[in-house]
Order: sequence, then structure tokens, then C-alpha cells
Amino acid sequence: MAEALLRTHRLVKRFGGLIATDGVSIDVRDGELHALIGPNGAGKTTLIAQLSGQQRPDSGRVEFDGRDITALDMPARARRGLTRSFQITSVLPEFTALQNVALAVQAHAGHSFRFLANARRDRRLREPAFAGLELVGLGNRAQILASSLSHGERRQLEIAMALAGEPRLLLLDEPMAGMGPDESARMVDLLRSLKGQRGMLLVEHDMDAVFALADRISVLVYGRVIATGTAAEIRADPEVRQAYLGDDSGT
Amino acid sequence: MRKILASLGTPRGLVVAVLLLAMALLPVIAQVLDQRYLLSVSTRIVIWSIAAAGLNIMLGYGGMVSFGHAVFWGIGGYAVGIFAHHGVHDGWLQWPVGIAAAMAWATLIGALSLRTRGVYFIMITLAFAQLVYYVAVGLEPYGADDGLNIAGRSQFSGLIDLRDRGQFYWLCFALMLATIWFCARLANSRFGLVVRGAKSNETRMAALGFPVFRYRLVAFAISGGFGGLSGLLLANHDAYISPAMMSWVKSGDLIVIVVLGGMGTVFGPLFGTIAFFVLEESLKPLMDMASKGTGEYWQIVFGPLLVLVALYARGGLDSLLGRGRARSRHRG
Ligand SMILES: Nc1ncnc2c1ncn2[C@@H]1O[C@H](COP(=O)(O)OP(=O)(O)OP(=O)(O)O)[C@@H](O)[C@H]1O
Ligand SMILES: [Mg+2]
Repeated sequence: MAEALLRTHRLVKRFGGLIATDGVSIDVRDGELHALIGPNGAGKTTLIAQLSGQQRPDSGRVEFDGRDITALDMPARARRGLTRSFQITSVLPEFTALQNVALAVQAHAGHSFRFLANARRDRRLREPAFAGLELVGLGNRAQILASSLSHGERRQLEIAMALAGEPRLLLLDEPMAGMGPDESARMVDLLRSLKGQRGMLLVEHDMDAVFALADRISVLVYGRVIATGTAAEIRADPEVRQAYLGDDSGT
Repeated sequence: MRKILASLGTPRGLVVAVLLLAMALLPVIAQVLDQRYLLSVSTRIVIWSIAAAGLNIMLGYGGMVSFGHAVFWGIGGYAVGIFAHHGVHDGWLQWPVGIAAAMAWATLIGALSLRTRGVYFIMITLAFAQLVYYVAVGLEPYGADDGLNIAGRSQFSGLIDLRDRGQFYWLCFALMLATIWFCARLANSRFGLVVRGAKSNETRMAALGFPVFRYRLVAFAISGGFGGLSGLLLANHDAYISPAMMSWVKSGDLIVIVVLGGMGTVFGPLFGTIAFFVLEESLKPLMDMASKGTGEYWQIVFGPLLVLVALYARGGLDSLLGRGRARSRHRG
């Protein structure tokens, strides 16, 4: 069995009196797609934020590739290959789709203290960026400003940006939310094709997609992981059925 | 070359070409018309637009409202003044020191201010500029409040004589062209795109892996460096320095110029500076003509004009010349 690429130890995050993350210890193995499910407000996004370095846990540790990265900020983690996408689309509205992805490529192509050469015409940035757009199905929208893309297209762009840096581990916060059925199906295919190549932690409400894709699933309720296991184990878990899956999972 | 010729076909290209040609010939024009004052004002325009182009890197491309940029005029100016006061007129020494001091100060202010946002950032940059201002006011050996007359201009091994008004103008003009060229390159470089991306969406840039703070700090230093260069030239032009050259009013003028010309555009800082001086030079006498003594308050009329620009030309004067350069060429 593959080594854990990402591992947390008893992460805790409080917002005032609310405990959004309550002693969470989970791990994601190299090449594994680990799904994180749970009801609204369970603390999934808050957990992603602590894994990506956007928020600091109040206590606990995050390890990536065997190293303690709890003290690293978001850019430092991204450069080590731990990249996230956002539940609420976060792109650069004044830049074209291609430039958005090109910047993501640039972020992983060494430092950017280059002051004179034109980066917009740099093929080392443009070509991978274009390939990234094609991958998510935005190849024919490369020159459109991100602010002019449709909501669904911006969701696709969001994923293209997260993928462009060829991260070792992807944190995907509801990538399919806001996509049409065709776009969702395409995204499921894309994620399936990425399995085995990189680790993924996938937050998703679409249970069909989760059960189709996930190697393992963790269930988060009120900031606490109540179960981790394969799709079959999770389906069979009485606590999960009671707390979350409810009637629609069982027969 | 072909690219330059092609750009003459656009309104912006044509306006810029005519403008730069006229500016290049200005010493000759001033001589023919026997207008020494015209040359003096033009020299100031050229010098100011260097500082404006520097501020544009921060304000226009980076979205960082530095409200203390005149401090770099002061640093550059005092570098020349203090050296000259001690009998050191060698420009090869004065200028690098002046620019390096401005960049160092910019780095220090940046390190302390760039973690803050919005009004806090404005207040900190302003506060540090005021600090230097009051230090200069207290500098008794260098004239304190009254400032300091500079006995001799910067010397460059006899290569150029800065006392010659024509030569000095051309030097300033060449430096302005170099500044504009550099800023245009910078804007589309990897570095420039990071600074612009951080203006557009800082969180996303950080999530992509860019340590945004470091890039902004370097942008601040570069921006301050151009301010220092501009200050060196200003001191040489006026043969005089005083704390007034870095008062907060001057910092405000620079912001107005950048906004008026068009933030985040290549030629906006130049357009803005020209418009600022033309309005100042024409409003003052006009208002004095209408009612004697009111010319001093030309900004009372200037203010509402700015509001009009803000309302009807949101991209500044540059936007009146049409949209940015052929961005849409590849659009599907
Ligand atoms: N910055 C914050 N300040 C205060 N409370 C917060 C903050 N961020 C999140 N919360 C609270 O923490 C809890 C967990 O929120 P979180 O966004 O992580 O949930 P989620 O599982 O991602 O929900 P959803 O499925 O709706 O996206 C919620 O009760 C939320 O209101
Ligand atoms: Mg969420």
C-alpha cells in the first residue's frame, strides 16, 4: 500500500465558540483519490483552507511528503506541489482564460524576477497553458476574458489553473458545483484519468460522482471525521447512514 | 521597425509619435520662438513624468496607493544637494547613490507597509514620507526649511554639460524615453504579470504559488528608484532643493497625474503630466485675469475637472485614444 503523501494530526480550528475542525486526522496517499463528504457547514472548506495554508489551525500538524509543513504559507505549499481549487470561483477577471492558466504555469516555472522578456508571447508558458485549457474543454475560449466566461466555464478555468502547476496533490473543493451535466461528466472523466498520477482530496456533494471515483471516502460531520473507508464500507456504516446518508442510500 | 510603422495607423500611435517628435525638437522650437520659459516647463514635464511612470508601476499595475511618493524626489534631490554642498559634483557618484538611497528607502517602507491594505497602506506610506519631510526641515546644515542652493550641477567627466539648458533637456528626455520603454517591457514581463495578477486577485496568486509580498516589495523599490532619478534631475534643473519638494501635496499631485493620464497604461503618466502642467499654466493666468490674485487657487477649478475625467473617462486620458493595443487580435 502506498505511503501517505499528506497527513494531518488532530487538526483543530475554532471560530469563536464554533469548532469548525475538531481533531481531524486524515491522510491522502500518492495517486489516491480520497473523497471528503459531509453536510453543509461540516467544515470541509475550512479543512481545505488549513491543508493549503490559507488558514492556520489552532492546534495540530499537517505533514506533506514526510515533512511538517504546518508553518508554511500558501505560496510555499503550492510550490512544493500542494495546490487547491476554490469552491467559490477565484480567477483573475481582467486576464484572458489563457493568461490565467499561463500564470499558473509560470508559478511553477521557477522565480518570476524576470523584468524584460515578454511573458505573453513565451511559448514555454502559452503551450502548456493552452493544453491545460483543452484538457478541461476550454480550448476554444482561450482569448476570452475570464470575466466574460459563463459561470460553468469559470468553474472549468478554476480547475485548469489548479492542474496547470502539475501538483503532486490536488485539493479540490466542490469542482463540479455550478457546472452543467455535460461539463460535470467531462470533469468526472478528467478526474478519473488523473487517478494514479497524483493524489487528490475531493470535496463533493454529488454522491454518484464520489462513489464512482473515490478510492476511499471520509465523512465529516460537525468538524469531526466519523468514518473513513472504501465506498462499500462507507455505505454500510450505520453511523454514516444515520448522520448523513439517511434513507436514500440504503435498501 | 515595421511594428512601429504599423502602430502609426492607430490613434494612440499617431498621437504618441507626434507628441514625442515635438518633445524631441522642443529645445529648437523654444529657441526659434525665443521662449526660455517654454523649455523650462517642458523640462519639468519630462522630469515629472519619470516619477509618474515609476508611481504607475505601483499604483496602476500593482493597485497599491502609495501616498508618499514625493519622498523619493526629496531623497534624489538631497543626494545631489548634500554632495554638492560638500564640493562633490561627480554625477557618477551622486546619481547612483541617490537612486540607491531611494530604492533602499522604498524597500524599507515597503517591508513595513505591504502587509497592510487599503487606508492603512495609504496612511503608512504617507507617514513615512512626512517623517523624511520633517527630518529635512530639521537639517540645519542643509538649509532646514529654507532649502539649499546648489552651486554646481552634476558633472559627468565632461561628457555632457548640464548647465546647457538644451543638453539638459535632451538628457532628461532620453531618460524619460528609457523609463517609459522599461516600464512597457516590465508590464508584460513575468514580473509585471505577477504584480498585475496580485492586483486582480491576490488570494488566487498566492494559491498558485506566488509569494506576492516579495514581488510587491521589488515593485516598490523599482518605483522608488524612478522617483529618486526624477528627484536628481529636479535638483539639477532648479539648482535648488528644499523640503517642499517632498510635501504631501506633491505626492497628491503625482497620484492625480497617474489617475488623470490612465492607470496601468504605458503613456498615461506622460499624458497626465502634460495635462497637469498645461492646466496649471493656463488656469492660473486665466483666473488671475478674471479676478486678480485668484490664480493661486487654480486647483479649485482643477478639482472639478478631475471629477469630470473620473466620471467620463474612467481609464484616464489614455482611454480617449481607444482600447489597449490589439489585445483582441486572437479572439475566436
Ligand atoms: N471565517 C469564518 N469565520 C467564522 N465562521 C466560519 C468561517 N469560515 C467558516 N465558518 C463556519 O465554520 C463552519 C464550517 O464551514 P465550512 O465552510 O468549512 O463548511 P463546508 O463543509 O465547506 O460547507 P459547504 O458544504 O456548505 O461548503 C460553518 O458553520 C461556517 O459558518
Ligand atoms: Mg465548503
